[in-house]
Amino acid sequence: MAGVTYGTIYAIVAIGFNIIYNATGIINFAQGEFVMLGGMTAVTLSRFVPLPVAILGAVVLTTIVGAVIEIVFIRWLHRPSVLRMVIITIGISILIREIALHVWGESVRSLPYFTGTSVTSIRLGGVYISPQVLWAVGVGAVAVALLSAFFNLTMLGRQMRACSANRDAARLCGINAGNMVTLSFMISAAIGAIGGCVVCPITYVHYDSGTPLAIKGFTVAILGGLGNSTAAVGAGMILGILESFSIWVLPAAYKEAISIAILLLILFVRPSGIFGSAEAARLKEF
Amino acid sequence: MARRYSMVAAFAGLVVAIQVATYLAGAPYHLTQLTMTAYYSLLIVGLCMLIGYAGQISLGHAGFFAIGGYVSAFLTTHDLAAHKGLRLVALLQKAGMLLERSDLYGGSHLVVHPWLACAAAVLLAVVIAYVVGGPVLKLRGHYLAMATLGFGIIIYRVALGTELLGAADGISEVPGFPLPFGLIISGNASVRVSNYYLAWGLVILGMVLLLNLIQSRVGRALSAVHGAEDAAGAIGIPTARYKLNTFVLSAAFASVAGVFLTHYNGGIGPSEASVMKSVRYVAIVAIGGMANLWGALLMSLVLNYLSLRGYFGTFDDAVFGVILILIMLFAPDGLLRRHILADLKRLASGGASDEEAA
Amino acid sequence: MTILSVRRVSKRFGGLQAVSDLSFDVARGSIKALIGPNGAGKTTLFNLISGFLPPDSGEIYFGGAPVHDLPSHQIASRGMVRTFQHIRLFPKMTVLENIMVGRHVHSRAGFLAGMLNLPFTWREERRIREKGQEIMELLGIAEHAHTEAASLAYGQQRVVEIGRALACEPRLLLLDEPAAGLNMRETNGMGGLIGKIRDMGITVLLVEHDMSLVMGISDEIVVLSFGQKIAEDRPLAIQKNREVIRVYLGDDA
Repeated sequence: MAGVTYGTIYAIVAIGFNIIYNATGIINFAQGEFVMLGGMTAVTLSRFVPLPVAILGAVVLTTIVGAVIEIVFIRWLHRPSVLRMVIITIGISILIREIALHVWGESVRSLPYFTGTSVTSIRLGGVYISPQVLWAVGVGAVAVALLSAFFNLTMLGRQMRACSANRDAARLCGINAGNMVTLSFMISAAIGAIGGCVVCPITYVHYDSGTPLAIKGFTVAILGGLGNSTAAVGAGMILGILESFSIWVLPAAYKEAISIAILLLILFVRPSGIFGSAEAARLKEF
Repeated sequence: MARRYSMVAAFAGLVVAIQVATYLAGAPYHLTQLTMTAYYSLLIVGLCMLIGYAGQISLGHAGFFAIGGYVSAFLTTHDLAAHKGLRLVALLQKAGMLLERSDLYGGSHLVVHPWLACAAAVLLAVVIAYVVGGPVLKLRGHYLAMATLGFGIIIYRVALGTELLGAADGISEVPGFPLPFGLIISGNASVRVSNYYLAWGLVILGMVLLLNLIQSRVGRALSAVHGAEDAAGAIGIPTARYKLNTFVLSAAFASVAGVFLTHYNGGIGPSEASVMKSVRYVAIVAIGGMANLWGALLMSLVLNYLSLRGYFGTFDDAVFGVILILIMLFAPDGLLRRHILADLKRLASGGASDEEAA
Repeated sequence: MTILSVRRVSKRFGGLQAVSDLSFDVARGSIKALIGPNGAGKTTLFNLISGFLPPDSGEIYFGGAPVHDLPSHQIASRGMVRTFQHIRLFPKMTVLENIMVGRHVHSRAGFLAGMLNLPFTWREERRIREKGQEIMELLGIAEHAHTEAASLAYGQQRVVEIGRALACEPRLLLLDEPAAGLNMRETNGMGGLIGKIRDMGITVLLVEHDMSLVMGISDEIVVLSFGQKIAEDRPLAIQKNREVIRVYLGDDA
């Protein structure tokens, strides 16, 4: 069951990667930090306001952070290379991590369970699940559905897709490409924060939880095919479950090493992922 | 050639001058951090060769440092007495490659001689570099970055999670590294000065080798590969093989640095393999000028020394993260290069597109 | 004597058949041109011949030996060198250094020898430098020896790229649109240069759009259209070939 929960959060991080990647071609390594910020901010706010308000506040604040990052670091760069961008986002993720360390210290935090407590469980078809897992999966599913609707049905969403397909052509149609990029960062930050809040009661959060999430989220994004968010959901589940089963085979301490080994394997063998096209992947260059 | 070696001589002069300065100021303890800085610099110049000349990013080089340090630490501290029955152990003992050491409680341990341990450590690092480097270097751009990052994290997790390697505490009680003429690499205060010169001597040797390589046929070929890989292949340069060899060379530099620093410090911990360290090394290469060995060396000297003396306080990792961001934003080819003024002018007038071959 | 033999080579990219069942030979010491409208598959063919792309089917023989499954650098070391449509000089190196890189396959100092600065490398470097100087003088660009290659005029950059290829001492030189971006005077100069190269004993296969250049220097011309060979003959005959005219100018009622 832990596999499903972790799988959901990995999928959410992957979707965040995909949104920014689709809009800009950038791999935003700071994606994991959005999740961490969402959880940490919610924990702090929840001491002053009721839980739903705290979560909302956390999401809003993280979204603002996402926008700020784009405006300060990325907006004014002129056709940067992908490598330069990934290094910059790694630097940004370190910066956020260090700020989090100084603001919240090294302690591990957690939000209270949304419904019930850590020992509540619901019987579902013969298995006992914590309701929080249902929250996680449910919120994840709703988020994916909303995003899908946004990109396919709303004007703004379609504009973003146009931008990612061909930025210059989109500009000629009057679409403000720069703002689309900022929007993509904001959406990714928001979805990361929501994910962070909803799995926080189960997985806990601390200043350092961003980086491993970024790595695993990236693995999932690649596994499903970079840019393909629907596949990311399935890929996330696969990784989460694989990971939780790996502890039967190898000591738990190596869990993260296993995920990364999987990432490397994919990159070497089939970087287009399970659902991507092999032709584009042979160029191994985006 | 003369220019190349005169710069080396000038640097050697600087090394001596610093030591004399600390002596005159009555503050010889500075030499300890300066010696540690030397070993980190050895890794950094090797990394500069890889990033700047072969054009391959590596965000996991701390991993090779750790492989070198951990293997050597393990072999020189792990008691083989329990395994006396093994043929290999008996063979090594006969060859005089094993040592008796007394541990904290006066008992005696059978461990591997540091020379054999060092050879084994560097050999393992080189083998791993060959095995991992082959497929990894076929990747491009951010895939290469993520793969090397992932490699570093795997090493970190293995070091952190393995009881035999001391888990979170790492390995301590690592003996000094004996050298001919009664010299020994060790953190002991009595040999501080000799260790300082041994460390920087090693760095200077490394610099000479790399400077020679840059000016040679292979160095030219590497620049060609970095500049226009297709064209390099079209005139017969085996690009994949050369990139791999450079990767392995830089891994060798890193692992040697790891071995000697571990013996100097008397121990090693998993943090030496962490992402933060790898990022730090890349940041220093970046600010030094990417393809500028002397720049990387000088920046390493300054920044590592300040970091080790604690000048950055709790913001130690943050400093290097910020440096990396700033360099990547404003001067992706690094700070210390000849055209910096021209670049600043270009930046001010609206920027030009940079289609760097990643 | 055939130096290059292309036998029934095909290459497909997804839905597009870029090269289809193509065969032709190149005689040693001759100048052969590949022409055809845009999209005819000329550059793809070049990439296939020089080892940058593997063919889906068919074979390519160079000097009698099969090369269709070799990587580009091995093909180059056997004596087949190509240039690129969009000039690919090594950006941060001087003209002389660019040409010196061309001597790579004719020198041996490796990693170890380079790092240790072994004495035999000193003599080798000197010889490489001398050969580079020789080639620059042959091409008339010796005055730019220490200029950064990327800062030269476009036409001169082309010459440098050819110089680099010549440093390789190729038996067959593949020129990918050598006249692209050149004005009339420079194009004439290029024609003269290609003739000089042929006189040095090097076989030349070129892809080109400039008809005056092609007609002026080629011994034989191969015409491609949509990945297929539609004609292979001497220049005068090609000019009169009805299929060729149709492919270039369209059907005339």
